[in-house]
Amino acid sequence: MEHHVVPVLLDAPAVDPEAAIRLAGGLLVQAGYATAEYVEAMVAAYERLGSYIVLAPHVALPHARPESGAIADGIAVVRLAEPVIFGHPDNDPVEIVIPLVATSHSGHLGILRRMGNVLTDATTLAVVRESTDSQEIAALFTPEKEN
Amino acid sequence: MKILTTCGMGFGTSLMLLMDIQEIGKKHGIKVEGEALDMSSVKGLPCDAIFGSSEIVKELSDLDVPVIGIKNILDKQEIEEKFLAFVTSQTQE
Repeated sequence: MEHHVVPVLLDAPAVDPEAAIRLAGGLLVQAGYATAEYVEAMVAAYERLGSYIVLAPHVALPHARPESGAIADGIAVVRLAEPVIFGHPDNDPVEIVIPLVATSHSGHLGILRRMGNVLTDATTLAVVRESTDSQEIAALFTPEKEN
Repeated sequence: MKILTTCGMGFGTSLMLLMDIQEIGKKHGIKVEGEALDMSSVKGLPCDAIFGSSEIVKELSDLDVPVIGIKNILDKQEIEEKFLAFVTSQTQE
């Protein structure tokens, strides 16, 4: 199932990585992309595997396995009110948290590709970091309708 | 050549890396066969090299193939430089 909506939460407070991941995961649950169990699995994965989910400077991509409660392929976007240290030697502190749900090994390739494009383009990245319009940010990450 | 990419789960950063490496290979006329796998699956599989985020590949040791860490998964330039350096090192052997 393809995702249609990218929930966005701006300038959200989180005291530590776990709080940030739970906040981000909550958006996935609200949107119906994942169960509460999936959020717990994301937290557990961070505790087990550490800070590698901070895949680029200031950007974290928490995720868990499909069998941990994934319902639909999708992402959400959380911009933190204050940067949070995740423990990554190069890419800390984290400002943007993008929780990912995938229901299969490769069904979410388009989502990853689009997310990568938004975050590598200086213009769109500036929108993600600075815009006060959550719909503007959501639109950047939303796949265009395919015919 | 056969490249494996790895991350904790096998479908987040590893898939992003794989897409980029295949694109870079295409650009330089290098045929890249690849697979994205979680860390526990990657060990012992035949391949020419393993790429992963620098924080995750620290956990991989005692492997017979080159293991290459990428600091910034979104930095196509870093990926391209490290991939091409690896390709060059292979052809010099």
